[in-house]
Amino acid sequence: MATLQTPAPPAAGDEELRRQLTGAGLEPRRKRADRAMTVVVALAFALALVPLVSVTWTVLSRGLERFDLYFLTVSMRGVFGGMDAGGIYHAILGTLLITLFATLISVPIGLLCAIYLVEYGRGRLAKAVTFFVDVMTGIPSIVAGLFAYALFALVFGPGVRLGIAGSVALSVLMIPVVVRSCEEMLRLVPNELREASYALGVPKYLTILKVVLRTAIAGIATGVMLAVARVIGETAPLLIVAGTIDSINTNVFDGRMMTLPVYIFGQYRQGNVSCVAGAADCIPTINFDRAWAAALTLILIVMALNLLARLIARFFAPKAGR
Amino acid sequence: MTVKLNRTSRGARAGVVVGALALTLAACGSDNAVTPAADGGSESAAAEGTSELAGELVGAGASSQESAMEAWRAGFQGANPDVSVSYDPAGSGAGRTQFLEGGTDFAGSDAALDEEELATAEERCFGAGVTELPLYISPIAVIYNLPEVTEQLKMSPATIAGIFSGAITSWNDPAIAAENEGVTLPDLAITPVNRSDESGTTENFTEYLAAAAPEVWTEEPSGDWPFTGTQSAQGTSGVVQTVEGAEGTIGYADASRAGSLGTVAVKVGEEYVPFSPEAAAAVVDASPVAEGRAEHDLALELQRDTTEAGAYPIVLVSYTLACLAYEEQEQVDLVKGWLTYLASAEGQEAAAGAAGNAPISETLREQVTAAIDAITLAS
Amino acid sequence: MSLTPTRRPEGAEPSLTPAESMTHGRASLANRAFARLSTASGVTILALLAAVTVFLVIEALPAVTTSPAELAERISWFPETGGILGYVGPLVFGTLLAALIALLIGTPLAIGIALFISHYAPRRLAQGLGYLVDLLAAIPSVVYGLWGSLVLAPRIVPVQDLLAQYLGWFPLFDGPAAQPARTVFTVGVVLAVMILPIITAVCREVFLQTPRLHEEAALALGATRLEVIRTAVLPFARSGIISAAMLGLGRALGETMAVLMILSPGFAYSFALLQAGQHQTIAANIANQFPEANTAGVSTLIATGLVLFVITLAVNMLARWVVSRRADFSGAN
Repeated sequence: MATLQTPAPPAAGDEELRRQLTGAGLEPRRKRADRAMTVVVALAFALALVPLVSVTWTVLSRGLERFDLYFLTVSMRGVFGGMDAGGIYHAILGTLLITLFATLISVPIGLLCAIYLVEYGRGRLAKAVTFFVDVMTGIPSIVAGLFAYALFALVFGPGVRLGIAGSVALSVLMIPVVVRSCEEMLRLVPNELREASYALGVPKYLTILKVVLRTAIAGIATGVMLAVARVIGETAPLLIVAGTIDSINTNVFDGRMMTLPVYIFGQYRQGNVSCVAGAADCIPTINFDRAWAAALTLILIVMALNLLARLIARFFAPKAGR
Repeated sequence: MTVKLNRTSRGARAGVVVGALALTLAACGSDNAVTPAADGGSESAAAEGTSELAGELVGAGASSQESAMEAWRAGFQGANPDVSVSYDPAGSGAGRTQFLEGGTDFAGSDAALDEEELATAEERCFGAGVTELPLYISPIAVIYNLPEVTEQLKMSPATIAGIFSGAITSWNDPAIAAENEGVTLPDLAITPVNRSDESGTTENFTEYLAAAAPEVWTEEPSGDWPFTGTQSAQGTSGVVQTVEGAEGTIGYADASRAGSLGTVAVKVGEEYVPFSPEAAAAVVDASPVAEGRAEHDLALELQRDTTEAGAYPIVLVSYTLACLAYEEQEQVDLVKGWLTYLASAEGQEAAAGAAGNAPISETLREQVTAAIDAITLAS
Repeated sequence: MSLTPTRRPEGAEPSLTPAESMTHGRASLANRAFARLSTASGVTILALLAAVTVFLVIEALPAVTTSPAELAERISWFPETGGILGYVGPLVFGTLLAALIALLIGTPLAIGIALFISHYAPRRLAQGLGYLVDLLAAIPSVVYGLWGSLVLAPRIVPVQDLLAQYLGWFPLFDGPAAQPARTVFTVGVVLAVMILPIITAVCREVFLQTPRLHEEAALALGATRLEVIRTAVLPFARSGIISAAMLGLGRALGETMAVLMILSPGFAYSFALLQAGQHQTIAANIANQFPEANTAGVSTLIATGLVLFVITLAVNMLARWVVSRRADFSGAN
């Protein structure tokens, strides 16, 4: 706003106006209030940085201790007590697979829904869809988990724990985000492109597939990536439907699957280990160490996805975008 | 325009490459968190062919047994490479339910089956009935966080009941001071911490309070904490964490998890007994098998108000539940092998090393072995 | 996140395209198929939301139809008296209380941050600072739980003690403050941090949309920066701020892990923020009890989940409604 404060040239001789415009003649009270506000606002911002810095610092300082190749490439099979062993490979794999399947479910539905809204949607149905997509973004994650449980429990009986159930829960959370971002990207595609295509006699569906989607693909990829980044850290629904396991499971359709957030929670819940006096291979805080290292891994994955999304957006976006 | 299209498709291709790369990278992990070399002993045992067992055993139940189960699974799977045992520490109630519904082969439970459950068990076990083996005996410690007090605090059952029922609210209360002469007690509020979930630990603890201090503790023994508005946490770890979290707290937890926290020596008869595996085993040996049970059902009638010297009465006995008959011979062998290992001196020692529980006595082992031998093929 | 619903570009009335009228045979068949497919996807969204409701209702039904006495017998943690409503009641109270504390702490802070970014920070830095706040949203909730329980809770004890000591006469801060600080107050602080990014992002956008003319007019009248904000920015943004707060409220209501990992649960209608074992939220209670619940227990928990679902839906719809009203308003500008 600094530029706006530069006063317009005042009418000559109008000393009062000049003083007011340059702020020189402000009553002290108003001046003080203005200063105070500046301080308050800056403080608010600084205050918000406190948790950010604190979280980052704690995760880094406590997570780096165990964060190494061994930790990333082994599971927890056969690890118990305070053993100086164990890793998160099974959890990383579970997280990636469950999120992958969630993406496979969400992207086609979300993208087609966005296409419907932008290219076809009219009337009450489109209005309803738009409204309920917005409403869906507010579904609490635990409710999505309960839904997936209810769905799978009806088919497989109570007590079911499946990786794919986790994917379904995540896609309930992911679909509205995908629809929202795809919709925005499709609307950015200039109408001239569509009209040019129609003028050449290209049918509408081909126009959408070959012209509209192609132009918007970078933006869509960015949106999908951000949606993935948002659900990949979800814990509650996976805790309910994907369960916990200490070995590698690569099949989302069979058996429990560990995921990184649930792993972090599980390690946290186990707490300190009491080592028997004289035990050589025993670290009392091992569970917390693993939890922090896994938290670091999870945050790195989320950051990587965000970064990738921004890179795609920057390098491949159509020039007309901004 | 063409330039733009080319660029975007290149972007898509780059995305595919990145994804493929991630997947290849992801394919290089393993389940061998613990290198087999470190476990050479059991490997050679396997090579000698001591075991022909193969298959999968599924169990679920009490979280109190979790550490012991981990040690048992590691030991048993090490000796029998073709066997995989899983144990889901879902809680005693869930463990019993899953077992009775036939979802699991065995269960861990902090409480013995009640009559209704026994009837269901009869059906689930092909009419042969169920065996309940007290294979996990663990003292429950009363833990407190008072870094300035270096001596071990002594308390009578009435004092403990007073603290946990909220009648005694300060650490320098005369009731505590009278039992701990010469100890400087801080003028600090007592924060009792209990389990927020239903648990066998709570049930055993309240059972003890109700039996040993009936005039102070008037609540019915139950797996749920009877008071509300208290500081509480989920699971043994949660309680320990909470007690560790602030000074002046007191809680109860599986003794193996007490760590560096202070533990109370409990008044039994005329003396004060600190917890120890031996003292816990002593009270179990002094307790008879519950009346009216089937032959191989070893549900115990614990003597909470025992005055026997050197016995520590706040114990948790967690049972391993198994059927006396299974459908297939392979399963019978597997269950027998597993339970035999659990009851063996080697198995009990492995658990004690990991969980700090009390190994079962010889006399109890004989009874357990007899029960295991009775497991047969369902007819 | 765009707040104003983007309108259909006017030139693209699909039915008017000459291409469509010219094509026939295979192409028009494919055309129709594609149109159907994408319409079906739109309908899928509606179906999905309906399915969520229906499945939850189906699974929750047993808990509602079974008599409270039987439920109490079958579920260890079910209250002896009061029935299902008596069980949900304190949970709803706890959920609302935690979310409101978060909102009371978070909203003013977020408005301050948004103002700082939109009107105070140097223009060149603004976007970078915005990203910084957005980073708070990139941290998974389970990490916030870890942080809140292991880092924040021990450090917030002195604050609680101070509050209890000097403001203890006020029922909200009734002492003694719990040790360790596993209280709804700590939870509220962590939730406030978690909802900061969304409230800030929406506020920032709304502030930036303040009509330039209004601001310049205020400046020309000799207003200070504070006065510009008070007279031009905030009145314009009021409904935007309200809807931002509502969105934040929606988030805070449904947050599970941070509450689960920090709060010492209890079932009371208590306003004592600094005491432990008084409150519990619906979401955390579900996550806490679900893994070990039996069939009746699961059904009861799903019933409470349904209540949470309805509450968050109501809050979100209200927020959207406020936004859409505002969209009509700003059309005049």
